[in-house]
Amino acid sequence: MSAHHDYDDKKNGITRRHALECMVWAGTGVLWGMRAGVPVSLGMLGQAEAAKAAAGFTFMQISDSHIGFDKPANPHAIDTLKEAVGHIAALPQKPAFMLHTGDITHLSKPEQFDNAVQLIGQAGVDVHYVPGEHDIVDEATGKAYMDRFGQKAKGSGWYSFDQEGVHFVGLVNVANLKAGGLGFLGAEQLAWLDDDLKAIKDSTPVVVFAHIPLWSVYPEWGWGTDDAAQALILLKRFGSVTVLNGHIHQLMQKVEGNITFHTARSTAFPQPVPGTAPAPGPMKVDDDKLRGLLGIASITYNQGESTLAMTNTSLAEFK
Amino acid sequence: MRLWFLALVFSSLFVGFAMAEEVTIKIENFTFNPALVGVKPGTTVTWVNGDDIPHSVVENNKVFKSPPLDSGEKFSMVFTIAGEVNYFCGFHNHMTGKIIVQP
Repeated sequence: MSAHHDYDDKKNGITRRHALECMVWAGTGVLWGMRAGVPVSLGMLGQAEAAKAAAGFTFMQISDSHIGFDKPANPHAIDTLKEAVGHIAALPQKPAFMLHTGDITHLSKPEQFDNAVQLIGQAGVDVHYVPGEHDIVDEATGKAYMDRFGQKAKGSGWYSFDQEGVHFVGLVNVANLKAGGLGFLGAEQLAWLDDDLKAIKDSTPVVVFAHIPLWSVYPEWGWGTDDAAQALILLKRFGSVTVLNGHIHQLMQKVEGNITFHTARSTAFPQPVPGTAPAPGPMKVDDDKLRGLLGIASITYNQGESTLAMTNTSLAEFK
Repeated sequence: MRLWFLALVFSSLFVGFAMAEEVTIKIENFTFNPALVGVKPGTTVTWVNGDDIPHSVVENNKVFKSPPLDSGEKFSMVFTIAGEVNYFCGFHNHMTGKIIVQP
């Protein structure tokens, strides 16, 4: 994949205005990439403020809460999740709902799920979950995940829903992982996605969320999804597609045609920027720097606009 | 008869002891180290997780699978049959390793 806008205007019906908007997002993505961990740019906040005036709705994204993690990178992962949820609960305008993009727990233990769900519930909004690889570590925990979260889901936990004219699709790319590969969606899920999208008009904004990035962030560290391209082909005809992921515990953004990809911060611990360390994994930073590298995202959809406005806020900015 | 039985037990213990080799594979920086190991049949292979994140050991065809190994935790298997054993980490499947069992 590349960051170039290699779409065909006639085939996809994308306007010049949309293309320019994409370029704006691409620019901010570069800025974020270079400043991983530094509080969100003023430009992004400005867009979110402007968004409040128009009709639409706002939802939140949290990710990688890793309840049960207690290593030096953050011995109190439950406390930083508590701070994130407290911030959401205290928002002056209640968000429509929340997405959790996986690694809810650290080791799939029932008590870790209990703690996470009880705590996240204090935000007082509906929560739509997808699993991370830490949430379904074997067949038994995969079944337990479905028993707990899968009432509306298919397969290993994928599903879709609609909110005020926006189609949301939660995908699972952490099940049935293959040796030597990356994240994996699988034929059954791709067939379901194809079928699910058939009834959706090209003009409907689509938001796809999954744990592992659906673009090749850094395959050397496993940060990508082997068969993501097959999902992205199915999404190509839509005018506005937003893909939200977690897993890498840092902000990254990329625009490819009509698809904007975002990765979210964790609420538990940061991971290194690709290529700056021998391996991924929990990154220990000075205590006073930790909350600047953890955070949540707020995403606003304004009716009639093709791109969704995203505001990333670090835990350090709550105070 | 009794002496013969004792001798048999003793020789079995002796042979078992002599062949009971042990090999340790460290899991560190999201790699199995060493990733390629040659062992004799009867060798006990132990994986030890040295990372601050869980890993696991899963045979490619799920013939065996360790539980999640948190930091410092170990998992052992005895390999008795000659052949190649390919495995990966169930959390981070880009991590792979191979054991060659040969007399």
